[in-house]
Amino acid sequence: MEKSVKKYFPLFVLPTLVAFLIAFLVPFLLGIVLSFCKFTTVTNATFVGISNYVKAFANEDFFNALWFTVKFTVVSVISVNVIAFVLALGLTKGIKGTNLFRTVFFMPNLIGGIVLGYIWQIIINGVLGHFGLTLSMDGKYGFWGLVVLMNWQLIGYMMIIYIAGLQNISPELIEAAKIDGATKLQTLFNVTIPMVMPSVTICLFLTLTNSFKLFDQNLALTQGGPAKSTTMLALDIYNTFYGRMGWEGVGQAKAVIFFIIVGVLAITQLVLTRRKEVEN
Amino acid sequence: MAEKKKQEQTMEVSQGTGMILTILFSFLAIAFLFPIVVVFYNSFKSKLYISDAPFALPNSETFVGLKNFIGGIAKTNFIHAFFNTAFITVFSVLVIVLFTAMTAWYLVRVKNKFTGALYYLFVFAMIVPFQMVMFTMSKIANMLYLDNPLGIILIYLGFGAGQSVFLFTGFVKAVPLEIEEAAMIDGCTPIQTFFMIVLPMLKPTAITVAILNAMWIWNDYLLPYLILGTDYPTISIAIQYLQGGYGSIDMGAMMAMLVLAIVPIIIFYLTCQKHIIKGVAAGAVKG
Repeated sequence: MEKSVKKYFPLFVLPTLVAFLIAFLVPFLLGIVLSFCKFTTVTNATFVGISNYVKAFANEDFFNALWFTVKFTVVSVISVNVIAFVLALGLTKGIKGTNLFRTVFFMPNLIGGIVLGYIWQIIINGVLGHFGLTLSMDGKYGFWGLVVLMNWQLIGYMMIIYIAGLQNISPELIEAAKIDGATKLQTLFNVTIPMVMPSVTICLFLTLTNSFKLFDQNLALTQGGPAKSTTMLALDIYNTFYGRMGWEGVGQAKAVIFFIIVGVLAITQLVLTRRKEVEN
Repeated sequence: MAEKKKQEQTMEVSQGTGMILTILFSFLAIAFLFPIVVVFYNSFKSKLYISDAPFALPNSETFVGLKNFIGGIAKTNFIHAFFNTAFITVFSVLVIVLFTAMTAWYLVRVKNKFTGALYYLFVFAMIVPFQMVMFTMSKIANMLYLDNPLGIILIYLGFGAGQSVFLFTGFVKAVPLEIEEAAMIDGCTPIQTFFMIVLPMLKPTAITVAILNAMWIWNDYLLPYLILGTDYPTISIAIQYLQGGYGSIDMGAMMAMLVLAIVPIIIFYLTCQKHIIKGVAAGAVKG
């Protein structure tokens, strides 16, 4: 069978492959090359060695953005996952209104980042307004604003994944723990959580990468201000590319560094949590 | 059906605890909906009364009827943006589902070094952030005359291929080879086998892939902004333009456009809820 399928390569693979080359692989490889060049369009590049990387590492904005992104990611990953897991526990007890609650909690996830950013801008400015403050006064309001926004957007999504994981645990297992005299808390930490580790793996992966790569929400909620204090990595790279003439190469070098950080984070996290998954 | 069975299996709590949980969750649900409700009633208020008192309900002094909607639609060319977004989303999703399903099937059924390497390239593409390719990709799209609503479909196929091929591959592996072999012995060509035997079996995964891609493309901002600019604005671009294009933002128009952006999504969500929630859960488990 393999032989007869093989000759259909042009029909089955070529369209996807051509699109993949144009939209991903060539831009990706060209991006690596250009990170060692000075250029304003892709056709006028001249090789400059590692000077773009030197400039990127010497760039204060880049480190501020990195630090802000790290803080934001840590706080968001923990808060989103803890709250989503607690909600999932509550919504697998068969209480009245379960389906309605699930529907409501998931809904914000479908709204786009730009729209989410402006929705929360009006809400947060409305709350701060009671104290004579606005989002543009201090970076800390923007930070917590982004954390609240991220929670609102992702909790429902992660909750759905945790619910699917919790429903896969056989009730006999919980029953057995009870008979053996385990308290509710012991059952939670020694039976339930180890059994939902596959869900934990994927939820951590999704929240980690989504928080780290956040762009639209950042652009809409604070535009990175005041004075770049809430600029995350993705927005800083964008600003370097399109906001500063002659810095395209540095922007590309920053993008390569960004890619390496995201890659290392994602793979490390996957390896670490996969190890904790219980073999079925 | 499987879901219902599982629901019954899960541990029930006593009626009292259940009642307390229901009340707690009700408060939380109201808190979740609150931001959307605020934006909704602010869209009917005069733009002068929005920023200063966003939580105040409209009254006879501040109520302006549909003025914000009429003004906002004209300012942002919203109707145009809506149809652009719908066109790009619908056709990109169709193209992605069809072509990545075909590719995934080929990669699973034809085993050699090339198909193996290609599979890993698709998986690799999933973790690369958009910023890494945004500059070069938009320049290439421009050079190849792909900077229009038709061309962007090809870009979405290429950039979305990673995750979609990955999801389909996981499922194709579970399709028993014997059925396909029997079809081919009966005289089906590989094309007939794929479209008549394999594709119908891939339907649940196709729905998952379609939903995940639709959610992404409908809401996407930076990719269409860099490729299409403001010549063919999508909804996200139109809303961002409202912020960037004027000295002071017309908050009335902004609220109205946010409502118009949210309403179609909510309608779509409430009609296809079951598929969406199932699709998201299925997509995650395979990831």
